[in-house]
Amino acid sequence: MKKPISKHEYQKMVDKKAPGSHIARNIFAAFITGGIICSIGQVVLMIAENFGADKDTAAAVTSITMIFLGAFLTGINVYDEIAKFGGAGASVPITGFSNSIVSPAMEFKKEGYIMGVGAKMFLIAGPVLVYGIFASVVAGLLYFIWKQVV
Amino acid sequence: MADILKAFLLGGIICVIGQLLIDLTKITPARIMVVFVVLGVILGLFGLYQPLVEWGSAGASVPLTGFGNTLAKGVIKEINEKGFLGVFTGGVKAAAAGITAAVTFGYIMAIASKPKVKK
Amino acid sequence: MAKRLGSQTVVFDKQPIILSGAAIVGKKEGDGPLARYFDDVVDDEYAGEKTFEAAESRILKDTFSKALEKSGKAAADINVILAGDLLNQSTAASYAFRDANTPFIGLFGACSTMSESLTIGSMLIDGGSADYAVCAASSHFCSAERQFRFPLEYGSQRTPTAQWTVTGSGAVILGKDGQGPRIVCATPGKIIDQGIKDANNMGAAMAPAACDTITSHLKDLGRSADDYDLILTGDLGSFGSSMLNDLMIKNGIDMKNKHKDCGTLIFDLEKQGVNCGGSGCGCSAAVFSTYIMNQFRQGALKRILFIATGALMSPTRSQQGESIPGVAHAVCIEA
Repeated sequence: MKKPISKHEYQKMVDKKAPGSHIARNIFAAFITGGIICSIGQVVLMIAENFGADKDTAAAVTSITMIFLGAFLTGINVYDEIAKFGGAGASVPITGFSNSIVSPAMEFKKEGYIMGVGAKMFLIAGPVLVYGIFASVVAGLLYFIWKQVV
Repeated sequence: MADILKAFLLGGIICVIGQLLIDLTKITPARIMVVFVVLGVILGLFGLYQPLVEWGSAGASVPLTGFGNTLAKGVIKEINEKGFLGVFTGGVKAAAAGITAAVTFGYIMAIASKPKVKK
Repeated sequence: MAKRLGSQTVVFDKQPIILSGAAIVGKKEGDGPLARYFDDVVDDEYAGEKTFEAAESRILKDTFSKALEKSGKAAADINVILAGDLLNQSTAASYAFRDANTPFIGLFGACSTMSESLTIGSMLIDGGSADYAVCAASSHFCSAERQFRFPLEYGSQRTPTAQWTVTGSGAVILGKDGQGPRIVCATPGKIIDQGIKDANNMGAAMAPAACDTITSHLKDLGRSADDYDLILTGDLGSFGSSMLNDLMIKNGIDMKNKHKDCGTLIFDLEKQGVNCGGSGCGCSAAVFSTYIMNQFRQGALKRILFIATGALMSPTRSQQGESIPGVAHAVCIEA
């Protein structure tokens, strides 16, 4: 037997031969999927404004509606199919955030309503809230300090 | 109609950036979500995200960067009104609708449905 | 008694006979090219049970019953059950056989479990510790997804090198006497880790282990790839298979036209959307227990080397930044 190849050599062999993602296809799918989801959001926003909602209220109504849509499509076993096609086009919009909360809640129902649904609901989305809220506090601190100085 | 087209374009472009990050850097989608929210907070802090919202409306607010922007905007508004306490209350207050909706609908859907295998 | 040959290989004296084999698979596998060889196809991913883990146990238990029925033996004839799966605490196997009233030795070798159980079963029979043994392994797409990846309904795209965990199980009855193909020798594999960290590229993580075991086996016996009708790996998938062939050529062995992989046999890679093919303990177990046994009965195969390959990945260690250790065990079967 010849000298065994090193880890580094093997990684190079693998990288050289590994099939790449179909980037052009994925970008197209992400653009279309993300675009459609945001267009639906826009329609909801316009309807809310038509009913005389102010800007903040309309934005909140849109968030709630989009999150409901994401949750509903997850519940009827459809959102994962959309994401399989659209990739980031489905996971970047807030509907994807909703999917990431509903899917573990559904999956872990078998382990009970407390340790399953309750504890696992933020398995994937938890970090988004942790870093989002923490970043907002840091941003707030910076803004507060800047306000004192200026 | 023009507003919808703008939302489509901007939302599509933001998602394409996410897709490029996934395909070219091997960053997992769960991390992309974190990156986008934090990016939204940073852009929001410097007032750089609001022009996108003005132009593309839902195209900017529906992606997770918009969620980050909402957090940053909320914290700034609250600090202006209430002072230092706003650092702690502003972000979640502004994002309350989204978070509560996610928990509520998530819970209801979890009770009402069960996972199925992808065909 | 068996004798050791070379560094790793064990040659059996009383060659254990594979009396029968059975496999039960899920719907997707039942739509694949090997559908007609399987004993049963379960359309419902819950297999009539409440959870995916229970479903996997049910499939494994039913496969065992089916194999027993085909062998003509009674449950009381079986001295030991050697079985395992992918889940923590070997959940599927432990719960499948809790009512079996037969000594149970649980195994974990990730996807290498089937050839691991054949190796140990043969040693037990050859050494006189058992007259009849059951070797079985199972996996379930849904139970594996929730343990190793994401919830089923979470939207994500699979990378091009990803593989699809097979829902199914395979079981064979080994005996000291009877009719059927014989296990003549086995080469238990060493753990090989060539530094692959990508959990979506298990084929690349396991290929070096398969290469090491096959090379040792051939060297120990002084054979070449041409001495076999078929060199069958477990679940390297299409990418892992091509890596294996490259590695073998570096070792001076060309086995490309003798090599097949259960992961690429069980699915139609183009049509079934499984990227690089099937994986999981159930993949090689089901293909070996039915399709390969059938080929032996038809006389199409005289001598094969079966190497189930396992990625001994711990999600905890992967999150800590560790690479994925691989292992592969080889058994040589003759008509």
